[in-house]
Amino acid sequence: MLADPQALMLPLSDALRAAAEAVTPCRICGNLDAADPCRICTNPERDQGLVCVVEGVADLWALERAHAHPGVYHVLGGTLSALSGTGPEELRIAPLLRRAEDDQVREVILALPATVEGASTAHYLQDRLAGAPVTVTRLAQGVPIGGSLDALDDGTLAAALRARR
Amino acid sequence: MLRLSRLRLTRFRNHAALDLRFGGRAVVLTGPNGAGKTNVLEAISLLGAGRGLRGARGAEMAMDGAPPWAVSGHFEDHAGGFEIGTGSEEGNPDRRAWRLDGEKLRGQAELAERVATVWITPQMDRLFQDSAGGRRRFLDRLVLALEPHHAREVAAYETAMAHRNRLLADARRADPAWLNAVEDAMARHGIAAAASRRALLARLNAALEGGVAGAFPAAQLALQCPANALLDTMPALAAEEALREALRAARPRDAAAGASLSGPHRADLLFTHAARGMPAAQCSTGEQKALLVSTVLAHAALIARARGFAPLLLLDEVPAHLDAARRAALFEALAALPGQAFLTGTDAALFAPLAGGEYFSLDEGEPRPAPLG
Ligand SMILES: [Zn+2]
Repeated sequence: MLADPQALMLPLSDALRAAAEAVTPCRICGNLDAADPCRICTNPERDQGLVCVVEGVADLWALERAHAHPGVYHVLGGTLSALSGTGPEELRIAPLLRRAEDDQVREVILALPATVEGASTAHYLQDRLAGAPVTVTRLAQGVPIGGSLDALDDGTLAAALRARR
Repeated sequence: MLRLSRLRLTRFRNHAALDLRFGGRAVVLTGPNGAGKTNVLEAISLLGAGRGLRGARGAEMAMDGAPPWAVSGHFEDHAGGFEIGTGSEEGNPDRRAWRLDGEKLRGQAELAERVATVWITPQMDRLFQDSAGGRRRFLDRLVLALEPHHAREVAAYETAMAHRNRLLADARRADPAWLNAVEDAMARHGIAAAASRRALLARLNAALEGGVAGAFPAAQLALQCPANALLDTMPALAAEEALREALRAARPRDAAAGASLSGPHRADLLFTHAARGMPAAQCSTGEQKALLVSTVLAHAALIARARGFAPLLLLDEVPAHLDAARRAALFEALAALPGQAFLTGTDAALFAPLAGGEYFSLDEGEPRPAPLG
């Protein structure tokens, strides 16, 4: 490859740019995909009544890899952090609250990291979702303090999701 | 009994190369100030988990501040022997690496299963004059030796508090649901930390009352902390709820002060001279030293009970601050504990009543071990 870098690298970088331009955030869940709405949101096999809230797309992909979640997702785009200036308006919280009013949605699963910020965000969402016609559950034990979801093995993730409360 | 039988230092602080072999359970290091006696104790403290008795970071322990440096210890216990090494990491000399029998360790948890050290240094005399923060950190270090999760609870509590302080400082951010959320984290982690501190103090007090320090004046320890007061009267879940309520009620006050004014982060550890019923602040400096010694001896006994092996006791310049009767009590208490002790002093004569002591003298300049015989 390095013998003639231009011949190979330029098409490769063009291909990467094309891929980056084709990928957009899904208008429903915030997942990154070439299609909008994404292929998870439009998949008729997925349970639209079960919405799993994650911090970022890396966590969504970790749950997908583990085949741990039969429903759909909602990507927040971060966690609440007063120290780094991330408030509710900086996250996709308002769209989540609107989604929770949808008749189709039965349960919102909060699968946020077990950090102080993740736990506070989950607490905040539970509070804000209290009036919505949905059941709100959280990932059970098995997620260590300071742990992010995409660092967990598939078995632990699946067990944590099954044991949500 | 866990025993350190050989200690080798390479470019560690002032020691270019030092190789000491220990046969006994009480080792005395003598020599003038500056000979590097404390450095030897620090090297031993690095063979357990943690940052050692000076809390130093990687490169500063290297001779002339320039890595590489290394410390290795050969230990003997009931199961045979093992070797622990630590020093600057190859290719990343500012970081520390650990080896067990030559195998690189990924973390310190495996060290904690094999070796523990406790220490008393002259700097700890300040505990009684310091602010509550110094005593609280001392207490947290004692808890940590028995409950590795404690550090994360304390850190999580402090992170949540930093978020709360920022929210209270910025009126535009003062979203009550957000404040509820960070106060919930403070309450959960704060009560967990307070409960661990409280449990340790109960066990230390029981050991002290049981006479673990022998003829040494025993301390009685108390935790001054609103969260601990809650735990006196209610179960932990109710205490969490009460702390949440207290934080909510204190929002206007804390916003005006620009800080969270009460909580487990303000806890203080109170020492009392048990026999005289006298607070440490009113005791003589000799009595304060004795209270500290009895507390650390009780801690050593708790570690021995919990882990199945006694920690190495590292006592830096301790006998020098005790009168003859207390020195005799110290040596008696050391003989009764199931662990190996390392003591330093400038004057070998002070250690005369110590039975079975093994002496090494470190001289200024070229440090060389020389058994006094
Ligand atoms: Zn989608």
